[in-house]
Amino acid sequence: MKSALPCSAAALCVLAGVASAEPVRFEYWYGLTGDLGAVVLETCNRFNASQDEYEAVCVGQDGYDKAVQNTIAAFRAGQHPTLLQAFDAGTADLMLSGEFYPVKQLMEDAGIAVDWDDYFPGIANYYSASNGDFFSMPWNSSTPVYYWNREHFEKAGITEAPITWEGLEAAFVKLKESGQACALAYAPSSWIDLEQFSMVHNAPVASNDNGYAGLDTELLFNTTLHVKHMENIQRWLNDGYALMRTQAAGKTARDSFVEGECSVFFSSIADHNTFHKLTPTFAWDVQIIPTYEGVERTNSVVGGASLWVLSGKTDEEYKGAATYLAFLATKEEQQFLLENTGYIPVTKSTYDALLAEGFYYNEPFIHRDIAMKSLTWTEPNELTRGLRLGGMIQIRAEWLAEVEAAFAGQKTLQEALDTAVARGNDVLARFAQTYAGKSFP
Amino acid sequence: MRRAHFKFSWIVPALLLPQLLVIFVFFYWPSVQALYWAFTLEQPWGGGNTWVGFENFRNIMSDPYYWGSVRVSTIYALATTALAMGMALVLAVFVDRQLVGSRVWRVATIWPYAVAAPAVGLAFQFVFNPGAGIFSYINAVAPGWWDLSKYPWQAVTAIVIAGAWKQVAYSFIFFLAALQSIPRSLIEAAAMDGARPMRRMLDLQLPLLTPTFFFLLVINITDSFTDSFGIVDTLTGGGPFRATELMVYRIYADGFRGFDYSGAAAQSIILMVLVMALTFIQFRYIERRVHYS
Repeated sequence: MKSALPCSAAALCVLAGVASAEPVRFEYWYGLTGDLGAVVLETCNRFNASQDEYEAVCVGQDGYDKAVQNTIAAFRAGQHPTLLQAFDAGTADLMLSGEFYPVKQLMEDAGIAVDWDDYFPGIANYYSASNGDFFSMPWNSSTPVYYWNREHFEKAGITEAPITWEGLEAAFVKLKESGQACALAYAPSSWIDLEQFSMVHNAPVASNDNGYAGLDTELLFNTTLHVKHMENIQRWLNDGYALMRTQAAGKTARDSFVEGECSVFFSSIADHNTFHKLTPTFAWDVQIIPTYEGVERTNSVVGGASLWVLSGKTDEEYKGAATYLAFLATKEEQQFLLENTGYIPVTKSTYDALLAEGFYYNEPFIHRDIAMKSLTWTEPNELTRGLRLGGMIQIRAEWLAEVEAAFAGQKTLQEALDTAVARGNDVLARFAQTYAGKSFP
Repeated sequence: MRRAHFKFSWIVPALLLPQLLVIFVFFYWPSVQALYWAFTLEQPWGGGNTWVGFENFRNIMSDPYYWGSVRVSTIYALATTALAMGMALVLAVFVDRQLVGSRVWRVATIWPYAVAAPAVGLAFQFVFNPGAGIFSYINAVAPGWWDLSKYPWQAVTAIVIAGAWKQVAYSFIFFLAALQSIPRSLIEAAAMDGARPMRRMLDLQLPLLTPTFFFLLVINITDSFTDSFGIVDTLTGGGPFRATELMVYRIYADGFRGFDYSGAAAQSIILMVLVMALTFIQFRYIERRVHYS
């Protein structure tokens, strides 16, 4: 704390000087924006107020992708932050560059004890090296769910939100019969329709255990259940059960759902809090993403972002970063994040404590823990621990452009997915060539 | 009379140095670096690169979608240039005629140039929004007819209109300045000979405008190739299914968003060569028809 009062006595001045010794400052660049960005900033303020040894200087970078882009540019100029909030799709390059300080190592070196086994396996596996050591710190974590309009469902005589696609399709039919013009507000999302879909169906997205086992990976999603699923979505769009709701089409799927235009919409659990703020006029609830009948359901994986510690900083700054990361992992701070956003707890002990307190029995948190159910459905296996694909952002873009072309009737879905896979494989091959001789940690 | 005689002075290079330094740091150095990256596979976080010769270029040239991107970029450049210069000329001619309120119109027409491209994109996002924008009135009459997410030609039209709107102001300033620099006596003489405004414009003013016209053509085409990214990003995001993926937008998507620095560098080199070639063609074939007074 800096005092604005002038010093009157020499002794007092000396004391004040000691008390206000400059804290060690370290920079933290984050990608979250809007309300969520304000929450990040608030955690920094809380951290800075909680102790006076370190000062986190937190700078919003206006989006996940910009946070990584700006950090790369800064890194090349030697002006990068100590901490970076990075989204999964943007970190393959960072992992292979080795220009980071694995958090497990960091915490050990800083002498901070962390119970790594306390993290949910679905989260831990996603953010750790093949030997199980965490390389980045899980923080804002989510997983997809679907939101459903309770009143529309009741009017159509459906009492429970189905957890199979067959059940959901039957619900679409009933909704339509009950006079509901649009059952599903659909926006193509590779994260939900391809990546998480493949996780819960135990289907591979790519060879090499989804890229974990090597860089010579090839995409496989044009050969799995994913094709049938996309064909079903196309059928629902054509038959009028679903409507395309994207920004370019004039209205987002979320707006469509909030306005009561469509009865179902898929999104991250992180939207749960946003929804309460939008105060829809109808009763609504969330449900885990469905699976097809005859398939043994597996766990979904975590989305969101994690915190990376970058190389090339001083020991002091690293100590500060470690203290901040430990601060974020406390039950109190996890709860702060949960209460102000729609994210989920990352450690079992925090989750158990929240359950014991009856946290999820109170609005606005009721049923938000459905995300935990999806995430912990089974122990993660080789196919469901996540994806390690270079050029993930380009692969997602290829998938989206091809799927859009198929929905517009330019080609069949099989052709579209074949093209997306072929082009995605080119991206993967380039990535492997760029990092020849290296492998994911 | 004494001849002016300058001794070599260190002041001259000293005064030039800052400008040269700026050009070096912000143009030559990045260009050389892009050229180098285009022949390698560069790791975004540093840590080395591999020399791959012309492979990046071969990959790009053999990609059918890349040629689609070149095609739509060319259409965009020609259409925005024609539209922007056409509108700018009409507006300049009216303002030059000193009609009522022409001072106000002059300021109002220059303004859009000060608006950043993403802001233009956002404004037009509202105009073209199929659900809530001005174009949604069309959908009220013919439901589903206007949908940027479905029809490539509509998406291309939208970015052309937004791009042209942004360019109008720049061309307008130059056209107006050129019109006002035409000696009044010429116009008055023509008027006394009985030439009506339309005739005076076609036979007198337009021929005298050709140097300005040529200058604006070169600038506008270059600008539409290189400065269109903000509009695409906010208005269509390159979609639907790559229909509005202009070359410069692709460079952004691959390089910055996708961390493929080398692929993006190679595309930048191709874009630079293309713009240089187009400028050369314009100087070679169109400038011949320009009358410098």
